[in-house]
Amino acid sequence: MTVAVGAEIDERPTRAHPLLTVLRRPEVGALVAAVAIFLFFSLSTQAFLTPAGISTWLYSASLFGIMAVAVALLMIGGEFDLSAGAMTGTTGLIVGVVTTQWGLNIWLALVLALVVALSIGAGNAWVVMKTGLPSFIVTLATFFILQGCNLALTKLITGSVAIQGMGSVPGFDQVKVFFGSSFPFLGMDVKISIVWWIALTALATWVLLRTRPGNWIFAVGGQVTSSRQVGVPVLKVKLGLFMTTAGAGWLVGMLQLFDVSTVQATTGVGQEFIYIICAVVGGCLLTGGYGSAIGAALGALIYGMTLQGIVFAQWDNNWLKAFLGGMLLLAVLVNLLVRRQSGVRA
Amino acid sequence: MTRSSLDPEQSRPEKSDPEQSRPEAILEVRNIGKSYGSVRALQGVSAAVGPGEVLCVLGDNGAGKSTFIKILSGAHRHSEGTLLAFGVERRFEHPREALDLGIATVYQDLAVVPLMPVWRNFFLGSELSRGRGPLRRLDVAGMRSTTKHELARMGIDLRDVDQPIGTLSGGERQSVAIARAVHFGAKVVILDEPTSALGVKQAGVVLSYIARARDRGLGVVFITHNPHHAYPVGDRFLLLQRGTSVGDFAKSAITIDEMTALMAGGAELEALAHELERP
Ligand SMILES: Nc1ncnc2c1ncn2[C@@H]1O[C@H](COP(=O)(O)OP(=O)(O)OP(=O)(O)O)[C@@H](O)[C@H]1O
Ligand SMILES: [Mg+2]
Repeated sequence: MTVAVGAEIDERPTRAHPLLTVLRRPEVGALVAAVAIFLFFSLSTQAFLTPAGISTWLYSASLFGIMAVAVALLMIGGEFDLSAGAMTGTTGLIVGVVTTQWGLNIWLALVLALVVALSIGAGNAWVVMKTGLPSFIVTLATFFILQGCNLALTKLITGSVAIQGMGSVPGFDQVKVFFGSSFPFLGMDVKISIVWWIALTALATWVLLRTRPGNWIFAVGGQVTSSRQVGVPVLKVKLGLFMTTAGAGWLVGMLQLFDVSTVQATTGVGQEFIYIICAVVGGCLLTGGYGSAIGAALGALIYGMTLQGIVFAQWDNNWLKAFLGGMLLLAVLVNLLVRRQSGVRA
Repeated sequence: MTRSSLDPEQSRPEKSDPEQSRPEAILEVRNIGKSYGSVRALQGVSAAVGPGEVLCVLGDNGAGKSTFIKILSGAHRHSEGTLLAFGVERRFEHPREALDLGIATVYQDLAVVPLMPVWRNFFLGSELSRGRGPLRRLDVAGMRSTTKHELARMGIDLRDVDQPIGTLSGGERQSVAIARAVHFGAKVVILDEPTSALGVKQAGVVLSYIARARDRGLGVVFITHNPHHAYPVGDRFLLLQRGTSVGDFAKSAITIDEMTALMAGGAELEALAHELERP
């Protein structure tokens, strides 16, 4: 055999069809589904396309969306966080308890809750990285711990399972501007959380696609040993991701607390899977290394529209769960197809 | 393979003197050895590679090839002997130290992320940025064009650097990994069995890239257990057997048949041939 043999072989893969290049984008499936669901409820119900209707489902989508985007980043980075839902309750309860029961300054309470959230996120990351255990198990444990503490501590301190009297805490109205206000826009009453949602989706997209840390998120989720070999700071990336998810939990906790001025000890429990489903519907692979923030935002939009659309259509609320399951299955199948189409070999 | 070459004692060519040092060598080992606890994986091996030279390391399974390159690349520390890089004695604590000296290793798994585009893989861990502060962002256009250009210089013509690297063939992926090492200033590239999983044609492609890297003045350490892959590109051949050096030969000092016989352990192969014969 001679060395020159190589020169004669054209083993270039054929260029992908332009349509396939578009279809390769992770969020395409979610976009199509979102448009379909929008059209469906717009045509089949009276209330869906009214300004009041739109603000309702957008608000609903925004709270799920903020979490779904953070969870999507984490999933692209190859990890799960099952404590993300309970975290929205924990942070709200911390602020509620320390202000209403102990009279702490409300701004300090916000910072305290954020510090606790970030520490729990860092703790999740640390245990996952040091033990090598799957994050699914580690954060499942964190979830139960948070759920238990939320209930037990709230009961112990306040004697009830909800925080009362938030509205009369000094400074509440100042903070509400950032987390619980709304403004008129095109006849709609737009809640501030929608602005947070859109801004964070844009920021996450920028980070993912146009910065070094974004490149590293894809890398650590796609092939962690390879990433290490080329010098990607794996531990830092995962630490940042878990803390981002926890930070998003704090934000959503605040958005809920300052919107309704109260928080239940059970807040957020059971929502962690919805975030994951939104991310998967938006094109994230469960195995990591692939996905998009816009996709996850669209996944949350689908969920928000369906949640409120079913109410507007006066259907039995239980259809939502069935729909959610169906969407998830469909999304996973579409993902599988796209991955096969793009021809990635293991 | 000729029958006569199966007798190692008669056909063994002249071994070069292991004590003789090579001043121009990029990387040199003298009587190097490595023990994993009580297992002696490698002992008394000497070899060197200079610029524009291909050193092939051959040996059967478990001969110590991977151990040898792990020492060179800084992944493992040697327990005996000396390792010289650019004539200076070194003891690498971390692969990064070797890398910083221009010693790049392309591992068998290639250190690529299959789902990421070719250009993102090419620059992974050493991304180009532009802008400052919060506006600091990836120089996507720059990285795309550099990737294309560097691959073209190595004779790899991809139509689309945006395709996931996992869609490339094994040979192409191997070649991209070599081009990446070359681009990031490698003085010597260490390749761990780059052709072992490849078919004849693909292996040929990779061999031609090895030759190209050599022509650009790089030293190449090429690990393989296939003499037919080693012989066409190699300048020197280090033969390992059960952790010891069977010899370090210049190309002129050995034929491919002699090499094959030495590697397999000629006498054993003859015994095996006898055993396999029909009664
Ligand atoms: N980390 C380790 N701990 C203990 N023994 C080891 C270790 N790594 C290698 N060995 C032993 O050292 C010897 C040489 O192994 P090495 O991996 O270097 O062989 P090789 O030539 O690369 O083989 P192959 O062709 O199968 O890859 C083997 O007997 C192996 O069992
Ligand atoms: Mg090996």
